[in-house]
Amino acid sequence: MKTTLKLMTLLFAMLVISCGGKEEKKKEKFSYSKKTEPVEATTKKEDKTPASQRVDLTSKGVGPIKAIELTADIDQTMAAHGEEVFKKMCTACHRPNKKFIGPAPTGILERRSPEWIMNMILNPEEMVKNDPLAKELLIEFNGSPMANQNLTEEEARAVLEYFRTLK
Amino acid sequence: MKHIIKSVAAFITGLVVLTGCNNSNQSNSKSGALASNVAEKVYVAPGEHDEFYAFISGGFSGQLSVYGLPSGRLFKVIPVFSQDAEKAWGYNEETKPMLETSHGFVPWDDAHHPDISQTAGEIDGRWVFINGNNTPRIAKVDLSTFETTEIIEIPNSAGNHSSSFVTENTEYVVAGTRFSVPIPQRDMPIKDYKGNFKGSLTFISVEPEHGHMDIKFQLIMPGFDYDLSHPGRGKSHGWFFFTTYNTEEASTLLEVNASQNDKDFIAAVNWKKIEEYVNNGGGTMMPANYAHNVYDESTHMATSTLKKEVLTVNPLEVPGAVFLLPTPKSPHGCDVDPTGEYIVGNGKLSANLTVHSFTKMLDAIEKEKFAGDAYGIPILNFEDVLAGSVEQPGLGPLHTEFDGKGNAYTTFFISSEVVKWKLGTWEVLDRQPCYYSVGHLMIPGGNSQKPWGKYVVAMNKITKDRYLPTGPEVTQSAQLYDISGEKMELLLDFPTIGEPHYAAGCPADLIKPRSKKLFPLEENNHPYATKSEADTKVVRDGNIVHVYMTMIRSHFSPDNIEGVKVGDKVYFHVTNLEQDYDVPHGVSMIGANTSELLIMPGQTETFLWEPKQEGVWPFYCTDFCSALHQEMQGYVRVSAANANTPLKWSLGEDIE
Repeated sequence: MKTTLKLMTLLFAMLVISCGGKEEKKKEKFSYSKKTEPVEATTKKEDKTPASQRVDLTSKGVGPIKAIELTADIDQTMAAHGEEVFKKMCTACHRPNKKFIGPAPTGILERRSPEWIMNMILNPEEMVKNDPLAKELLIEFNGSPMANQNLTEEEARAVLEYFRTLK
Repeated sequence: MKHIIKSVAAFITGLVVLTGCNNSNQSNSKSGALASNVAEKVYVAPGEHDEFYAFISGGFSGQLSVYGLPSGRLFKVIPVFSQDAEKAWGYNEETKPMLETSHGFVPWDDAHHPDISQTAGEIDGRWVFINGNNTPRIAKVDLSTFETTEIIEIPNSAGNHSSSFVTENTEYVVAGTRFSVPIPQRDMPIKDYKGNFKGSLTFISVEPEHGHMDIKFQLIMPGFDYDLSHPGRGKSHGWFFFTTYNTEEASTLLEVNASQNDKDFIAAVNWKKIEEYVNNGGGTMMPANYAHNVYDESTHMATSTLKKEVLTVNPLEVPGAVFLLPTPKSPHGCDVDPTGEYIVGNGKLSANLTVHSFTKMLDAIEKEKFAGDAYGIPILNFEDVLAGSVEQPGLGPLHTEFDGKGNAYTTFFISSEVVKWKLGTWEVLDRQPCYYSVGHLMIPGGNSQKPWGKYVVAMNKITKDRYLPTGPEVTQSAQLYDISGEKMELLLDFPTIGEPHYAAGCPADLIKPRSKKLFPLEENNHPYATKSEADTKVVRDGNIVHVYMTMIRSHFSPDNIEGVKVGDKVYFHVTNLEQDYDVPHGVSMIGANTSELLIMPGQTETFLWEPKQEGVWPFYCTDFCSALHQEMQGYVRVSAANANTPLKWSLGEDIE
């Protein structure tokens, strides 16, 4: 009697094993990748300066713009075009000289790199997700997301030139 | 003893584990949609796209629904003939003109037969045309925006049923009347129907670039009922075929009186010949009254124009243009195979399925072998034009589609099934039951030279127990069959809106790349558009107040308005300043006697509010737009009619 039970149990176990076989195969393909070094958390908890006033001229942000060369003199034609684009596409949330829904662009080039500014215009969704400063800005400005107004690169560049005129 | 029971129990459990563990490669031995391989065939993984679009008529909902195949997922209900509060269709000031007719504003219709535009006999995915059956109209839906952009009313028509099918280069979209009526309409006894009522077949030209519709001519035919129609294609391009019933010309108890004749007709119309006749000045201009409504994407606005005349053609004046093909027993669907040779008459009270030959028809016409005439229109001999018949394939044939591989698929309403048969040999190859009482069916590209014969969708008239009950009214059921193999296989049931009468489908790749994501602000030519917050304003003109308002995540500008008075008519012209995909905003005003607005990025829409009480009344965004959606709100102060409250508007004056 006991033998029967044993046999049955064995059979059952075999069935279960045969079932699980497929999963095991999958596991074989799994390989362990090198553990990435943990990024050192350098954010100083005591730094209470709001993100909008902090200066970071090195970060280029996340997005299509990798390097921008600014000319010594402001290109006035381009700036005028940029002002027009800004008025049309940005003033619903940004006023040149004062905080509105979002921060004012006056003096922005003293706080951010030109690349960061253009990436914020052209790629806001990824910026607020992946760029530490943009992330903080989103919180500082009530979680109001920077809208992607689908500016062309040329338009964003012109807006940047316009920002240079804002002192 | 106990041990035996235990061990048996263990063994049974083991078996259950075994059978439950992997049946993904089991074959059809498991019947129906329960087999997992069948489930896989309709499974579209999260984030993946369906292979086909299906445009399924909304029937008595008046709309057009958009489904994905094979998943059967509903993507959109495009408002066409009926007001839709969700999208403000027929409620906002911009689209109200779309529902104007010669009878005034008609907020509903019965939408029947969508058909996709074609180029060189193949589906091109630019527009869908669909007919309003009740107050005769043809609508055009633009497949770059999935919006109805044009509706033309059909004069001299009643029960616009044998519509809205396109010729192979979309030269025409055709609208045939179901009811014959006095033409022109006049006060006369109903019993004098016979010989006095007429049926109109309307050919609407479609301008190739923008699809602009215009009635080219109306063929004034004998007073039969014109049921369905299809264009010739390939060799028969230039002809159009219409099924008829009630050739008895009965005006009462048609259930009996319209089923007396052994055969009714398929009317074959050589439209190229009539077009030539009309282009040479033929036809009679007749006074008429019909609305032509056009939506302009640049102004985001529709206009309605009443047209006052229509060109009519008496078939007897164009010899050789119209012939009648005897077809047994009140044929419904009138379907032409991809080669253009075979014309299937689905005689709904006939035991056999009749197939005519286009070649034989031409031959009989050439030899002038006529059996007689009906009001002067030559009738051909049944035997002379018959290609063959499918013998007793089922009961109540309604509609036939083709897979492009030489097979035809016919629905049978009474015997509730789809039957697959072979063109040329007329043999039945397979049959599958429908649950229940199938009406029309659809193979993507079925009404063209190039069908994609992978799936067929059957649209059933009766649902009964197929879904969880929802009270006396239940959804209408569609069923998807795989037709890629020799035998058809039922894959899926899915619910539909209204009562789908017909559908058209095509590969998603034909439409997807052209689908618009937003409306560029720069191209917005709405007369009341506000393209930047600097331009927002409130303007009073007597008791009419225009609010030029903008919206962007997450505020309205202005959001405080004062100086509105009881008795004013306040028009909110609201522009969505967003220029990103899928960021619409909505707006609604407490007590407004209309729907919300749902405004796409870059678009302007208008609603009317007539404040009836003093107070401070809120408005808000109705479409969840951002984390601050709930903050997207504003107030309008309403003063007494004789008050002196100055007109003021503002946004965030105190923000610092």
